[in-house]
This record gives sequence, structure tokens and C-alpha cells, in this order.
Amino acid sequence: MASCLFCGPKLAACGIVLSIWGVIMLSMLGIFFTIHSAVLIEDVPVSEEDMQGDAANALQTIYGLYNQVGYNCFIAAGIYVVVGLLSFCQVRMNKRTEYLVH
Amino acid sequence: MGLFRSEEMCLAQLFLQSGSAYDCISELGELGLAEFRDLNPSVNSFQRKFVTEIKRCEEMERILGYLLREIKKSEIPLPEGQVNPGAPLPKQVMGIMEQLQRLESELSEVTGNKEKLQKNLLELTEYTHMLQITKNFAQRNTEYESRQAQYEEFPFLEKESIMDYASMQRLGAKLGFISGLIERVKIEAFERMLWRVCKGYTILSYAEIDHRLQSETGEETRSMVFLISYWGDQIGQKVKKICDCYHCHLYPYPNSNEERADVIDGLKMRIQDLHTVLHRTEDYLRQVLNKASESVYTWVIQVKKMKAIYHILNLCSFDITNKCLIAEVWCPLNELSTIRRALEEGSRKSGATVPSFVNRIPSSDTPPTLIKTNKFTSGFQNIVDAYGVGNYREMNPAPYVIVTFPFLFAVMFGDFGHGLIMAGFALWMVLYENDRKLKNTRNEIWNTFFEGRYLILMMGLFSVYTGLIYNDCFSKSLNLFGSSWSVKAMFEHGNWTLNTIRGSKSLTLDPNVNGVFNGPYPFGIDPIWNMASNRLTFLNSYKMKMSVILGVIHMLFGVILGVFNHLHFRRKFCVYLVFVPEFLFLVCMFGYLVFMVVYKWLAFSVKESRSAPSILIHFINMFLMQGDDIQPLFPGQAGVQGFLLVVAFLSVPVLLLGKPLYLYWVHKGRNRLHMYQGYERVRRCSEEELCLLRAHDMEEGDSHDSAMSSSEMQSEETDLADEFLHQAIHTIEYCLGCVSNTASYLRLWALSLAHAQLSEVLWSMVMRVGLRVDTRVGVLFLVPVFGLFAVLTVSILLVMEGLSAFLHALRLHWVEFQNKFYSGAGTKFNPFTFAVFHNSMDSEGQL
Repeated sequence: MASCLFCGPKLAACGIVLSIWGVIMLSMLGIFFTIHSAVLIEDVPVSEEDMQGDAANALQTIYGLYNQVGYNCFIAAGIYVVVGLLSFCQVRMNKRTEYLVH
Repeated sequence: MGLFRSEEMCLAQLFLQSGSAYDCISELGELGLAEFRDLNPSVNSFQRKFVTEIKRCEEMERILGYLLREIKKSEIPLPEGQVNPGAPLPKQVMGIMEQLQRLESELSEVTGNKEKLQKNLLELTEYTHMLQITKNFAQRNTEYESRQAQYEEFPFLEKESIMDYASMQRLGAKLGFISGLIERVKIEAFERMLWRVCKGYTILSYAEIDHRLQSETGEETRSMVFLISYWGDQIGQKVKKICDCYHCHLYPYPNSNEERADVIDGLKMRIQDLHTVLHRTEDYLRQVLNKASESVYTWVIQVKKMKAIYHILNLCSFDITNKCLIAEVWCPLNELSTIRRALEEGSRKSGATVPSFVNRIPSSDTPPTLIKTNKFTSGFQNIVDAYGVGNYREMNPAPYVIVTFPFLFAVMFGDFGHGLIMAGFALWMVLYENDRKLKNTRNEIWNTFFEGRYLILMMGLFSVYTGLIYNDCFSKSLNLFGSSWSVKAMFEHGNWTLNTIRGSKSLTLDPNVNGVFNGPYPFGIDPIWNMASNRLTFLNSYKMKMSVILGVIHMLFGVILGVFNHLHFRRKFCVYLVFVPEFLFLVCMFGYLVFMVVYKWLAFSVKESRSAPSILIHFINMFLMQGDDIQPLFPGQAGVQGFLLVVAFLSVPVLLLGKPLYLYWVHKGRNRLHMYQGYERVRRCSEEELCLLRAHDMEEGDSHDSAMSSSEMQSEETDLADEFLHQAIHTIEYCLGCVSNTASYLRLWALSLAHAQLSEVLWSMVMRVGLRVDTRVGVLFLVPVFGLFAVLTVSILLVMEGLSAFLHALRLHWVEFQNKFYSGAGTKFNPFTFAVFHNSMDSEGQL
């Protein structure tokens, strides 16, 4: 892997911490959205016309929106996994250049 | 006694043989158990006995500093390990001094040579450039010369007014050249000056050098090569003076091309030689520094230890025979045997025949305060000491602070998610606490966080707990057990229909309806409150009452701790005359308030919630002695309140006058008794016993000595006036303070409200924006939004709010808790120890 070092040790460490936090928090958010937790109602993009119609339909639309946001969260968690791996590689490369003799 | 009180200290005298004094003190320094007193306070530092030795140490430190700087400049790596050499013996010192001086002279010589060589190199390089560039000028001139030669025959046909140098030669004027280098920024001024002074009798040609040259000061500047042709000697002098003025480097101009070629060749060779010599010099320098770098840290620590020992030796005094040094130290009572052993070790090491020994002496001075801490408790002890170091043998608030401080912090910070992050950060610091890079950075802010890592860990863990109680995790509630409120029951047993929902903007769940409220949530606050719009009304009431309850308990605890102080210092009368009125005052007023709060919580249920009495009104009425026209909280309330009020008001004069009057009575009694005591004293066994008895009394804090004389009687009276005043101030401070301090604890409510609101605003303004996008590509939007959310959480909610809650919790401890029992006017025990020297190196190698 030719020197594709683009961030220093501190930025890479921040990247790792942020990615770990992002993966854990976004995946938990994803789980909570897919089980349709009521506390997160404000975060679901519910619009006026979803509330029209009879109760069962409205409920299903809202559940569908919940699931959509949940999947978004999972995808974002996946992206953070990639970011985390990248930062981890950067950290390892930084450590390697430290041992090189100048 | 460990953490509860400071250690018992004693004053001891050390008798050190002059031969083994150095070694004994070195042993004591390694132990770090003795604080030396200055026995020569009137002597200034230049007249002390060991001044020459200290000067020698400072000279060595100077050389070592120079060495370290040179090593750092040439970027030689220094050994990383922790070195801990002992203090050098006096015979080793001369060896070290010689080595250091030799190194210093070698280094300065080599560096001086290097600089000279570099200067030479610079000059030669400049000369070479100058010659090469002026070659071009000369070529132009020679071309000109060859053309002009044709018109030699016909001078008068020459109409050109510029005087070429050939015609000048015919005029008999001597043509001279001055060539050299000048900085580029000065060339225009130079030219103008030449023109004005020489009025056109000079020709200046110049050209720029392509690459930058290093000037004498080490910077890189652009220079121009110039060539001045002039005729006439006087003009020549003027031109030379102007060149001096502009700091030009002048070099001789060769007359012909062959000469120029010769000079250039010679210069080339010399430059190459110089390069080789310079290279060799740098190599040698590096070698010398490499060798020095291996032992430089050892020397630094050895010199520091030596200097410290001589400072301590300066504090000792010589006895009459001049063969023995006497030192006075404060040391913990139970470490006397360790000190004795250290002295024996020192004597053994120096091979002295007469041993040095230690002797305890009685003293009436207040000893310094030593509290033994480990790495966990030292953080908490530090924040207590920051307010004031405790008096000798006073109750130490630190063991209780270990629990109450993180708890009060957590009450203000309560968020499960933020607590987890804070605890995680602290756990990382704790797990890596032995990593040298973390320990030895000089960054002040990082050091502060690192020293308090256990503090932050406790704060984080307690915040997780209060976060679960407040049911707040990044401003969302966790539904772990299922909410106790049921909306369906409003339809089944209440009077809600679908039309009710469609027709109103907001509805209220009525807990009086059967099945709506199914009992309290098992742990913490019900998650349904997160979605209620009257959430703050409910939480405010809860948090305010909780703050007052916590505050009264905390203050009561502080008052009770004062009892232990009174008992330890043999002031039993204080327990009855100070503690009891204080306790009664606090309990009768604010204890009753807490009782009312808890009673209302327990005695009134949902059915009576509309008509439940307001505690505030009742409390106010208690003081105004009204309240006949409102419904009482409990039967007999008026009587109970009246009784409590009377007790509270009576305790104020007892607190104000009790202690001073008692002391006055005791002294009057003592006056009469003193006449009998005088006969008794003659019959006493020995003066020593009396002296030790008095010392014992001092230690127990009895500040009223038994020896009386007329002058002392007068001072007794002023003492009594002092006592009255002191007690009056204490009473006013306590009584008013009770009210204001209780109100002060409401900051627990205020800060937790602020934290919760900030957290909610951050979520709704940042995270919600990212979650609400529902386009396909919009999912990528969530990634940077989460990053922004994380950064803002850490910077605003963790750092800013964390510091704020830390500060307020600290204030609550320092003022509201500690002013009930702690005086904090002592001095800290400052032992002579070498421990600080081991960690004093940092990454820059500064001493």
C-alpha cells in the first residue's frame, strides 16, 4: 500500500472513535425505528396526507415510514463501518511510519 | 487514621555526623517522609555554609542545559527509559564535573570552527557567483569595445554624448571597477544614491543571482551582483563609502578574462575542500553528541538531587563542637522508626563510626497537615485542598466527597448517553495510565484532565445512573419496562372518541379514569413523559423538591460532621452549645419542609390531586403564624408548626450567647481556682511533664492555657470580647446561611433542566434534520449530520456542560457543605523528596 496517508495520527484516532460511536448509535437507532418505537415519532417524516384515510391505512403508512428511516440508519451505520476501517488503516500506517528510521 | 483525619505529626531533631550528613539526607530524600525546618532564617543565601557546592551544581546544570539544547538541535534521539540514579557521592562529583567541562569545551570549539567554515564557504560562493555574472557584463563591454575600435580614426565624427570608457582612457582618467553583492531590496536606493552623489560619473550594472544565498544571519535573501565602473580617485572613494553604507560585500574584480578564469578555478577547488572539511566537522560533532546523549539524563537527575541535598544541608545548623549537624523535621509519628532506619543506612553507606540518630522533641507549633492518599483518592483530596488545606487533625471532607461530589454532579448532568461517553473516556485514561506518553506531556489542560481521571470516571458512572432515573438518553427516553400510562383506557372507560382526537390539538390523559394510570414505573421516570407537552411542569416540580431534599440532607450531614471535630478537640461544651442549636434550627425549619414534601407525596393520591394543598403557602403561613382558613395538611399541623417555630427561635440566642457565656464562666471559675493551682504547681514532678502536658493540650486544641498572670488576665478579657464577636458572626452566618444555602441547592434543578433542554434542542435541530430526509440519496446526508451531531455533543454538552456542572457541584461542596464544619486554614505537609525529579523530563528535553 503505497503511502496513501492523508491524515495524521490524531485525526485518524478521532475517526475511529467517531466511527465506533456512529456504528453503535446508528444501528441502535435503526433497531428502534424498525420496532416502531413511539418516542421517535417526531423524527419520522410524517406529512398531512398520511394522516388522512382510515386508521388502519394511516397506521400502515406510518409503519412504512418508520421502516424506511430505520433502513436509512442501517445504511448510515454501514457507511460508518467503512469509515472506521479506513481510519483504522490510517492509524496503522501512521504507527508504521513512526518506526521508520529517518 | 488514613483518610478521615490528617496524620499525627511530631517534631524531631536529627543529629547528623558531618561525614555522613550527605548520605543520610540522600536516604531521607528517597523516602520523602520529612519536612525540614529552616534553622538559619536570618542568614541570606550567599552566606550559607554550602554555597560553593550549590554554585558548582548550578554550573553543571548550565553545562547540561547547553548540552541538551545542542542535542535537540541536531535531532539526536534521547533514550526513553526512566532513569533513577541515586545522588552522587562527593568523590564522584569531581569526575562528573570534569567530564561535563571537557564536553562543553569540545562542543564550543567544534561549533565555533563550524561557524567559521560556513562563513568562509559563503564568501567563496558569493565571489564565484559574482565572477560568473560579471563575465556577462564584461562580454558586453568587450563587444562594445570591438565595435568602437573602428571609429578610433575619426574621433570628431563621434557625436555620441555618452562617454565610453575608451574615450575616457584617452582623456587620461583612470578607470576603476568595484564589484560585489548587495541585497536585492536595497538596489534601487543604492542606484539612486550613486547617481546623486557621483553625478553620472559612474556606470552601474547589476544582475540578479538565480538562487538564494544564505546570508550571515542564517536567513535566505536574494542578492544582486553589481559592477560599478568609475573614473577618478575621488569618485572611487565616494563609491567605496556608499558601498560600505549599504553593507555590500565587495570582491576584487579581475582585470582580464584569463585572470578571471584562474580565480574561478581556484575558488572551485577551495569550495570543494571546504565542503569536505565541513562535512567531517559535522560528523565529529554528531559523534560527540551521541556519546553524551546516553548519559545526559542520568547526569541531570544526579545534579538535581545533589543540589536539593545541599539546599537541605543549608537549612541545618551546626552544633558547638562543629562536628555534628542538627536538623529539625516534621514527620509522621508512626514513621519515626523508618527515619531511624534510613539514618542508619546513610551512616553505614558513608562508613562513619559514630551513628546519626533522631530524637522526638515537644513543640507548641501547629504541625503541618499530611493526609495519605492513593492514586484514586488523590484526585478528590486535591479538590478539597484547592479550597483550603485542613487544620491539623481536623475532619477531612475527602472520603465523603468521593461519593457526594460525583452524585451531585450527576444530578445536574443526568444523561445516560453522555454519561456513557464520559465514563468511556475516563476508562480509557485509567487503563492507559501507565503509558509514558500520556503521563509526560506538558500540555496543561490535558494534564488537568489526566490527573482527574478517576474523578471523571466516577462522575460518568454516576451520570449513567441518574440518566436512567431521569430516563434521558441523548434526550430520548428508553422504554425498558413498558409505560404505565394507557391511552386505550381513555377510550374504554373514559369519554374519548375518534372525533375527540380529530377535533382537538392537545388532550390530557386523566389518571383518575380507571386503567389510565397503572401505578408508578419501576425505575425512573415513565417514558411517556418524553412525548407529553406538559413534561416540564411535571419534571420541574419533581426536580425542585428533589434539590431541596438533597440540599437539606447534605447540609445536615455537614453539621453532624462538626460533632466529631468538637469531640476530638475536647470541646464537649460545643456539642451542647453549638451543635445542638444548629441542628435544631436546621431541622425545625428545613427538615420540616422536607417532611412536608415527603408527606404530601405519600398522603395525597390522584383522587385528591385537584385539591391538594400547596406546600409553599403552608410554609409561608407557618412563619406568619396564620393559616386558620385553609385546609391543614395533617391533623394537628398548627400545633406542630408552632412548637417547631418556638424551638427554632429559641435556638438562635442559645447559639449566639451559649458558648461565650460558658467560656466566661469557666474563666471566672479558673481565676478562683488558680490560687490553689499555684500551690499545686510547686508540688509537680518536673517542668518537663508540665511542658509535655501543655504540648498535649495544644495538640488536642485546647487553646486556653492554665498558666495565668495579670497580663494574661487582661488578654483573657480581650479574648472574651473576641469570642463574643466571633460567635455573633458565626450565628448570623449560620442562620442566614441556612436559608440562602437551601435555596442555593436549587441549582441542581436549574442545571439539569438546562442540560436536558440543550440536549433536546441539539437533537431536534441537527439529528432530526438528518433523519427526516426520505429521498434515496438523502441517506448519505445522515452520515455528515451524525458527525456534526457527535462533534456538537462532545463540545457543547460534554465539555461545556460538564465543566459547568463540575463547577457548580464543587461550589456546593466548598461553600454550602464545608462551611458547616471545616475551617481549612492549615498548611500542607511538604516533605523533602526526590520523587518529582523522575517525571520532570518532557518531550522537548527542557529541565
